[in-house]
Amino acid sequence: MLTCKDFLSELSDYLDEAIDAELRAKLERHITECPNCWVIADTTRKTIQIYKGMEPCAIPADVESRLMKALEKKMAAKGDK
Amino acid sequence: MDKDDAMAPSSLAGIEESALVTQAREGDTAAFAELVRRYEGKIFRLAQHITQNREDAEDVLQESFMKAYEHLEQFKGDSKFYTWIVRIAVNQALMKLRRRKTDKSVSIDETIDTGEDTVVREIAAWGEDPEQSVSREELGSILDKAIESLEPLYRSVFVLRDIEELSTEETAEALGLSVPAVKSRLLRARLQLREKLTRFFKRKGDDAFAYM
Repeated sequence: MLTCKDFLSELSDYLDEAIDAELRAKLERHITECPNCWVIADTTRKTIQIYKGMEPCAIPADVESRLMKALEKKMAAKGDK
Repeated sequence: MDKDDAMAPSSLAGIEESALVTQAREGDTAAFAELVRRYEGKIFRLAQHITQNREDAEDVLQESFMKAYEHLEQFKGDSKFYTWIVRIAVNQALMKLRRRKTDKSVSIDETIDTGEDTVVREIAAWGEDPEQSVSREELGSILDKAIESLEPLYRSVFVLRDIEELSTEETAEALGLSVPAVKSRLLRARLQLREKLTRFFKRKGDDAFAYM
C-alpha cells in the first residue's frame, strides 16, 4: 500500500507526467482514497499553473538601452584589437 | 540616440538560433545583438527573481551578455544558446547574493537537509480559479513575496523549471546540480510555495488542519 509520504515523494514527477503508467495508476488510486493528498496534489498543480501563467513583463526601456550601450562599447573594444 | 547599426533591430528576427550563433562567432555583431534581443527579457526576469533586487538584476543582465560575448568561442553547439546564457546568468545572480551575504551577513547557504521542510501543514482546498479572486497587482505581489521567501537554491530551481520551463536536465546543467538534487529541491520549493499561497487562495470556510 502506498503511504501519504510515498505519494508526496512522487508528487513532482506525477504532476510533470514523468512517471510510468503503473506508478501513475497507484498514485491515482491513492488520491481517490485520501482527500488530504488529493488537496495537496490539486493545490500544488494550481500553484505551478499560476506561476507558469505569469505574463513576462517587457524589459524596461532604460534597462535595455543601458545594456545595448554597454555591449556596443564591448564590441567596439573587441573590434579594435 | 547614437545607436550603432549593429544594435538596431534587424531583419534577423526570423533566423534560427543556431545560425545566429554561428554568425555571431564569425564576428557578426548584428547577429549577437539579435540573440540579446531574444533573451534579454527572460534573463532580466530570471535575474530579478533570483536576486530579488532590480539593481542587481540589471548588473546580472549586463554582465551575463558581456561574458557570453567575450566567451562565445567557448560555447559548444551541443546545448542551446539559451541554456548557456541562463547558466551564466544564474551563476552571476548567485554570486551577487553571496556578495550581499558578506556585506550584510544574511545567510544564503543551503539549509541543512532535515527533511522537515517537506512537511505539509496546511491542507485546504482552493477555489477553481484562485488567481481570479485577487487583482492582477495583488496577484503579482503575492507570487513575488512567496518566491522571495524561498532559499536561493530552491528559488533558482523553481524559477528555471516552472517559470522559465527548462527541463530537469537543463536545470541541473545550469545549476551544476545532479538530476535527483534538482528534483528534490523542486518538490520542496513547490510545496513551500503551495503552503504560502494556500493562505490567500483557500476556499472561504475551509480551515487548515494538521497533517502527517
